[in-house]
Amino acid sequence: MSADAGSVPAVGEPRRNDGRAPPARERIPSGTRDVLPDEMREVRAVTDRMRAVFERSGFGEVYTPALEFEQTFERANIGTAAPAYRMFDEQGAVLVLRPDMTIPIARLVATRYTHVDPPLRFCYTAHAYRGVRPQRGQSREFLQSGVELVGVPGAAGTAEVLDVLCAALDAAGLQNYRVGLGDASLFPSLLTTFGVAAGRQEVILTELAAGDFVGVDQEVRALGLRKDDAELLLRLARTRGGPEVLDGLERRLHDALAGMREVHARLAPEVATRIIFDLGLVRSLGYYTGAVFGVYDPAYGVPLGSGGRYDELLGSFGRPLPAVGFAINVERLHIALTGEERSRRA
Amino acid sequence: MSAVSDLRIAVPRGALLHDTLDLLDQLGIDTREVRDNDRKLLFEDAGIVTMRPSDVPTYVEAGAADLGVTGKDVLMEQSEREVYELMDLGYGRCLMVLAGEAGEDRAAEALRRLGVVRIATKYPRVAARHFLATGRQAEIVEVKGSVELAPLTGLVEAIVDLTATGTTLRENGLVVREEIAVCTARLIANPVAHKLRARQIDGLLERLGAV
Repeated sequence: MSADAGSVPAVGEPRRNDGRAPPARERIPSGTRDVLPDEMREVRAVTDRMRAVFERSGFGEVYTPALEFEQTFERANIGTAAPAYRMFDEQGAVLVLRPDMTIPIARLVATRYTHVDPPLRFCYTAHAYRGVRPQRGQSREFLQSGVELVGVPGAAGTAEVLDVLCAALDAAGLQNYRVGLGDASLFPSLLTTFGVAAGRQEVILTELAAGDFVGVDQEVRALGLRKDDAELLLRLARTRGGPEVLDGLERRLHDALAGMREVHARLAPEVATRIIFDLGLVRSLGYYTGAVFGVYDPAYGVPLGSGGRYDELLGSFGRPLPAVGFAINVERLHIALTGEERSRRA
Repeated sequence: MSAVSDLRIAVPRGALLHDTLDLLDQLGIDTREVRDNDRKLLFEDAGIVTMRPSDVPTYVEAGAADLGVTGKDVLMEQSEREVYELMDLGYGRCLMVLAGEAGEDRAAEALRRLGVVRIATKYPRVAARHFLATGRQAEIVEVKGSVELAPLTGLVEAIVDLTATGTTLRENGLVVREEIAVCTARLIANPVAHKLRARQIDGLLERLGAV
């Protein structure tokens, strides 16, 4: 990762603090950044290597506009990642800065590939925009690199995408990462089976997504479920690890676990060893319907990326097709790469 | 890092310190050096870092510590922090309350006649959420030091604060008007550590009787 200095001008000494706040014309909005040549060169190297993997795997690169109509995002159940930045065009229509790339690509598939038979494979490296609290690895304008696979249902599609994800991270030079694999339908379907009303389900799912295990515990106990059922929910919320953690759960969760085991069995061997089964992993975005995943690296305390199956989303754009994809947050990947490099030197 | 679990734990100085160290002793972590030394902050051998309770979520969220102990009051105030709340440790029990001067309820009078009540607090978000949830308008005044002073000087009509025994409130002539929440010490984890160090963390939880 060490960048070749080249002939690019160095930034040199910071300018002197004269005690006056700089005027607005010298500032940039909170949560955005200027990128200078040293960083840019490193980031470019990472995205180029990942793009080469995507292209080699048959995923063609697309670009969609950063600005979309607000209605495009209202069609999809995007949950916590709703658009944060709005403006008007000259006709008064409301435009938004896209909060992710999956929905624009769903729109693109439904409108530009109406008569093309699936499967369709796309990749992207593009910025998305969210109103996050700015801090390290949390920018309001952030670069994502990812793929979308349309028209390959179930375990076959999920496994293909996971193989590409790991090949891309390998190519980027990341060494110690793991991929958490869960199922977004696991908790909703169990809670429905146990007769929990939709409103109460939402409370539990929100607590699970936030990692509030004390809250999940209190909520499950307050529901007055059968003792077995309550214990199963609490156990699942905490179940994560190698394939052995699924043992003993077969009787109650046969279908969901069979699906996860099938994905695992189809993975390339070097990818399968990266997988952590994570049954408490629930949807971070509202449109996920089945398998969901998260990317973790011990060198950085924040997830590097996420993905999952969204089998209903394309239907809301008039082209009902199953789909699966992932997005890597490039800034976070870069932080993890430098962290791994530092611990190798230590 | 701790000889026992190889995890780094953020330990709060102040009221929660001794119960937390007792808990770590139970887990077989040697806390003698921490007990003997109240200036040092980083204890590599024991895997312990000590800090103000309100800084614990900051370190744990960033992964600078894998686990941490802090009060529910801190977690309520910093609810945007992405940390996992693993266990209610039960100790350090306090109440988050709305309190005002004894006698006539000036907060109620302000709400009735002026439409807005002024509230001093070190927990501006908890206070704002409480008034929002109860459908009353409040102007939140954030103070850093002794909150009890604010109603006595006429700065505000009431305060939102944490109380363990009620002694400080009583000594300043204040009474509890409403109980907002019960706050106890919580064990929190970095989300990535929770996935990648599952065995160590679950082992620790098991010994604490959580699972």
